[in-house]
Amino acid sequence: MEKLKKIPFSETKEMKSLLEVKDFSLSFPQYKKGFRESYIEVIKDFELTIHPGEIVAVVGSSGSGKSLLADSLLGILPENAEIKGKIYFEGVALTAKRQQQIRGKEISLIPQSVMALDPLMKTGQQVQSSIQNKKEKKRIQKEAFQKLGLPKDTHKKYPFELSGGMARRVLIATAMVSEAKLIIADEPTPGLDEQALEETLTHIKQLSENDRGMMFITHDIHAALKIADRIAVFYGGETVEIANNEDFLGKGENLRHPYTKALWRALPENDFKALKGNQPEAGEVFPGCVFEPRCPIATDFCKKNKPKSAMVNNGIVRCFYAES
Amino acid sequence: MITFILKKLGKLAALLAAISILSFILISYSPVDPVRSYIGAEISRISPEQQKNIEQYWGLNQSKPQQFLQWAKALTQGNLGTSLIYREPVSEIIIDRFSASIALMGLAWLFSGVFGFLLGILAGMNEGSLLDRLIKSYCFILASTPSFWLGLLLLMFFASWLGWFPVGLASPAGSLTGEVSFADKINHLFLPVLTLSIVGVAGVALHTREKLIEVLNSEFIRFARAKGESGIKLFWRHGLRNISLPAISLHFASFGELFGGAVLTEQVFSYPGLGQAVVKAGLGGDVPLLLGITLFSVIFIFVGNFIADLLYVVIDPRMQIKPSHD
Repeated sequence: MEKLKKIPFSETKEMKSLLEVKDFSLSFPQYKKGFRESYIEVIKDFELTIHPGEIVAVVGSSGSGKSLLADSLLGILPENAEIKGKIYFEGVALTAKRQQQIRGKEISLIPQSVMALDPLMKTGQQVQSSIQNKKEKKRIQKEAFQKLGLPKDTHKKYPFELSGGMARRVLIATAMVSEAKLIIADEPTPGLDEQALEETLTHIKQLSENDRGMMFITHDIHAALKIADRIAVFYGGETVEIANNEDFLGKGENLRHPYTKALWRALPENDFKALKGNQPEAGEVFPGCVFEPRCPIATDFCKKNKPKSAMVNNGIVRCFYAES
Repeated sequence: MITFILKKLGKLAALLAAISILSFILISYSPVDPVRSYIGAEISRISPEQQKNIEQYWGLNQSKPQQFLQWAKALTQGNLGTSLIYREPVSEIIIDRFSASIALMGLAWLFSGVFGFLLGILAGMNEGSLLDRLIKSYCFILASTPSFWLGLLLLMFFASWLGWFPVGLASPAGSLTGEVSFADKINHLFLPVLTLSIVGVAGVALHTREKLIEVLNSEFIRFARAKGESGIKLFWRHGLRNISLPAISLHFASFGELFGGAVLTEQVFSYPGLGQAVVKAGLGGDVPLLLGITLFSVIFIFVGNFIADLLYVVIDPRMQIKPSHD
């Protein structure tokens, strides 16, 4: 094994990060017949660093716990959720108390569904509520709507009066008007057609101006590649690889993890070949590598030992056989 | 808006016509003999010829449709007939009795609405907790409690054993109208109102609880929390609005149950309201009064439902009236 070539992630010197998540895990207690039986681990060994002005996509298939990741960073998880690990925001530990103080102000969410708008409140009012500067809120909201190409009277409308695309832009506007340094976009492009997707992505890309960092949660690897600088691949609740946008090339030779390679090859313009099997269910415990059951290059060693994340070729990977 | 109201009024007219035909048919086939119930115990003193004369005078020898048309014609002229028991015009009795009932029903409606809403919020905010389970079981028990039975229990406890409240009527027995004080009235109203309020709480509370849980789990509450809103502000801005409208509408639409509950409760407490009058009319074969109150109750319940509809249209921006269809 080429272990010597790898430098542990923790020892790399990085520029000042906006968000740093290390060894993060999230679990829920599972009850059976009234007794606390066990914990279901939804996210485990998650790591991610986002720098100012950077868009990092978190790509994973549906049900891999991506939205819960957003909730954990914002501190709006259900009460019974248990989290472990370290989260730093601008270099300072992000505690529950700090989360409460800065969510909506320094960290902003773009939710997945247009149902996130209160059905009984005018859109202008809903956007204005996340503006810090209370005196200028009308002007700021107006400007944001204009910038996003929303008609002039949109602020007077209720969510049900908007088209899906307009509602989506209103959601983006809430993040735009906030003075947030980090924006978490939670699947902001579900089931959009090509044109709407392009438009939404452009708007989202605009948000990363002014040195804002962004976490772009999606299951759509195309969308991720269009705007993200780096792509974190989420599998079975773990980050298996953090690759750079440029790595997604050709047959995926530059990619480090077999799962990422398989994802890339499954795309229609590449081999269009899907990997057999399914993602592990939440709560399934593996003594070894989480991807081992489906991995084409797995060995007995992978069954018993858990790979640690390591720096390979300017990216991070969690595989014993990753080559630079 | 005007077309909406006119349409509703048209529906009311159709409903009234249908109800009057139906109740007329039911009553005309009932074993109640109007002549016998008119004359009462002195029927034996009247010869069969005289009875025939009365029947002729009242038009009872005419065919049923003819009788109905005659009654309906009088009805459209505002003449509901004369009550056989009270010997007074039916319309006057209804106005008189309803003004007594409205105090009872109005207070009960208000209290059950306010307390039901508050209980529902308490339960919904603490879903799954002991408090929630207590409120829920309380509501389930109440929802299946007949109001007359609860009234009897309260009577036994507060009026009979503790002697805190009078056993019945709307004012102390034997006192003149001028002598009845406001405190007397409240004293007599207390137990009937309590009965009706307790029974009425369940529906609103359970509905509000359900709605609040739904709202709290909604995407927009998650988003509002992500925007940094929390606690009372969050509840006030996003929770209350979204649960109060359905609760208010539901409560207006419950006029029917309120009326039904009042009929039984007034009977238990001998409270001289519309409910008691309808029971007396039914048992005493007082056809004009029975029909009159039936029609009145239709209007009363209709008004409740109408207000519920109207509230939605006026308050909820999603329920705008589209002139193009429907």
